[in-house]
Amino acid sequence: MRAKIGKWTIWILALSGTLISVSIFALAVGSTSIPFTEIVEVIFKGKGTIGHSILFDLRLPRIVLGFAIGGGLSLAGVILQGMFRNPLVEPYTLGISGGAALGVCLNIVLRLPDKIGIISFPLFGFLGAILVITIIYLLSIKRGILRIPTLLLTGVMVSFIASSLIMLAMAITRTEDLHGIVFWIMGSLAEADWWLIKAMVLVSIISMVISYFFSLDLNALSLGEEEAMHLGLNIEKSKRLLFLISALLTGCSVSIGGIIGFVGLLVPHFMRMLVGSDHRILLIASFLGGGAFLILCDTLARTIISPLELPVGVITGIIGGILFIYALTKKEMMFWGK
Amino acid sequence: MLEIKALTCGYQGKFFLQNINLKIDHQELVGIIGPNGSGKTTLLRAITRIIKPQKGGIFLEGKDIWLLPLKEMAQKVAVVSQNLPVDYLTVEEFVLLGRIPHFGRFQFLETKKDVEVTENALKLTGIFSLRNQCLSEISEGERQLAFIARALAQEPKLLLLDEPTAHLDIAHQIEVLNLIKRLNRALGLTVIIVLHDLNLASEYCQRLVLLKGGKVFKNGLPEEVLTYQVIEEVYNTVVVVEKNPLSSRPLVLLVSGDIKKEEYERNHYDNWR
Repeated sequence: MRAKIGKWTIWILALSGTLISVSIFALAVGSTSIPFTEIVEVIFKGKGTIGHSILFDLRLPRIVLGFAIGGGLSLAGVILQGMFRNPLVEPYTLGISGGAALGVCLNIVLRLPDKIGIISFPLFGFLGAILVITIIYLLSIKRGILRIPTLLLTGVMVSFIASSLIMLAMAITRTEDLHGIVFWIMGSLAEADWWLIKAMVLVSIISMVISYFFSLDLNALSLGEEEAMHLGLNIEKSKRLLFLISALLTGCSVSIGGIIGFVGLLVPHFMRMLVGSDHRILLIASFLGGGAFLILCDTLARTIISPLELPVGVITGIIGGILFIYALTKKEMMFWGK
Repeated sequence: MLEIKALTCGYQGKFFLQNINLKIDHQELVGIIGPNGSGKTTLLRAITRIIKPQKGGIFLEGKDIWLLPLKEMAQKVAVVSQNLPVDYLTVEEFVLLGRIPHFGRFQFLETKKDVEVTENALKLTGIFSLRNQCLSEISEGERQLAFIARALAQEPKLLLLDEPTAHLDIAHQIEVLNLIKRLNRALGLTVIIVLHDLNLASEYCQRLVLLKGGKVFKNGLPEEVLTYQVIEEVYNTVVVVEKNPLSSRPLVLLVSGDIKKEEYERNHYDNWR
């Protein structure tokens, strides 16, 4: 027991260390590179210098947002994988991201931000996500119709439908709104509003804390739902709440950063190999690891073809898509059986 | 311990179990037998609150199980199901999951007591030496023992088992059932066990409940339930019932299709005279 706690503490420290080093690295590199020693100098000099505004107005917001979205999407991935007992489900593959994107797009087309303020972005993202999740919940869990392959196919189809509808919206929208949609659809952490960033950080951290209270439920769920009930857990209640958390995390992430696919697949996958499948450590590890991963991807995205920028979704999509196909073909990686 | 009163229940409107009345006393070891689709597993699922009764009720120590908190129920009743999809856990991690009903809402880590109870369960079932192995690496028989150990980690008063001997060779069948009998005697566990094998049921159970088409067909001592008339009626199969020479419990012998029953009886009684 003590050995286990010791091991977990070391993992948490190591991952926090990774997160901090990646953040410092991300602060330092870019089209104007600012070495670490200079960063300290710039901080002491205070406001007004160019270095200061590059660090605190351009790079720091992206790092904070990368942490919140990366952590949030990974957390949503672990939760969904725990509930469906399959390592291939995550917000993107289930079509939840697509639903959220459609919601946000509608919001832009209807010009709601002008009417009810910037909160309409996460609000509509959440509504889109919860719509898809409710459909999945009703089809797969309540009526037991969807098996995992069907579930993944349905997810892909939902994404297709959502992106077609987004294109439809783009075709009939006014040119001045078009820019907003295109810009946001690319999936990027750049130029996000500080208020939204703060909201995202808050949502991520609160979701992390709440879902941790369900880590034992998720552990028990790996035995199957009936077994979890035999262990005295109110599975229906936990599942509803966990679905709500996944929808909230996905909806907010998509509404701020666009569709960033496969983070919720990649990160939990590697974390499971590192720390094991006990959700008491897996949730924290994926949260920290996901934050570090997305910050790193974003740093790559903005430096690889500098001064131009790649959407960060391109990088996670390429890495994640390849891993997804690899995992599909390899049986022993489907640790949750059929 | 457990009382089932006029229970009628089923899946989605269809009635599966009809008017079941059953009383199980403290420290009894009761076997549930019956043909495929007679409702054995459904009865277990009703007792564990997976299926809601349409009529009647189930009472654990006098209290309606649907009024008991889930957690309290899990501290009293443990279930050993078939085929759990849990290959990636180690035996010890798996057995530790059985401690979940004893966790507090704000407790995340196992206490000393949880570890002790788990170790005990591993030792009782004889798989302590396997505790650090993955469930995928051990044999089918050892997996079954691990499932029982996890149920024991719940420290239950009532243990329910759904065909714990399925897919096991005779040595492992006996090992598992000897263990269950030992638990019944030494720990005073009340045990309800669903069995397919009539002879194992006859050897190990104090009482048998024979189900047919969702109803209790016969309920009593193995000698009363396992007669050839009853078995032939319920299973629609010709059998011969003898006595096990060592335990003098009923022994059910199957007869292949070609051998006419009358013929056998005639020879049998001729020899007797």
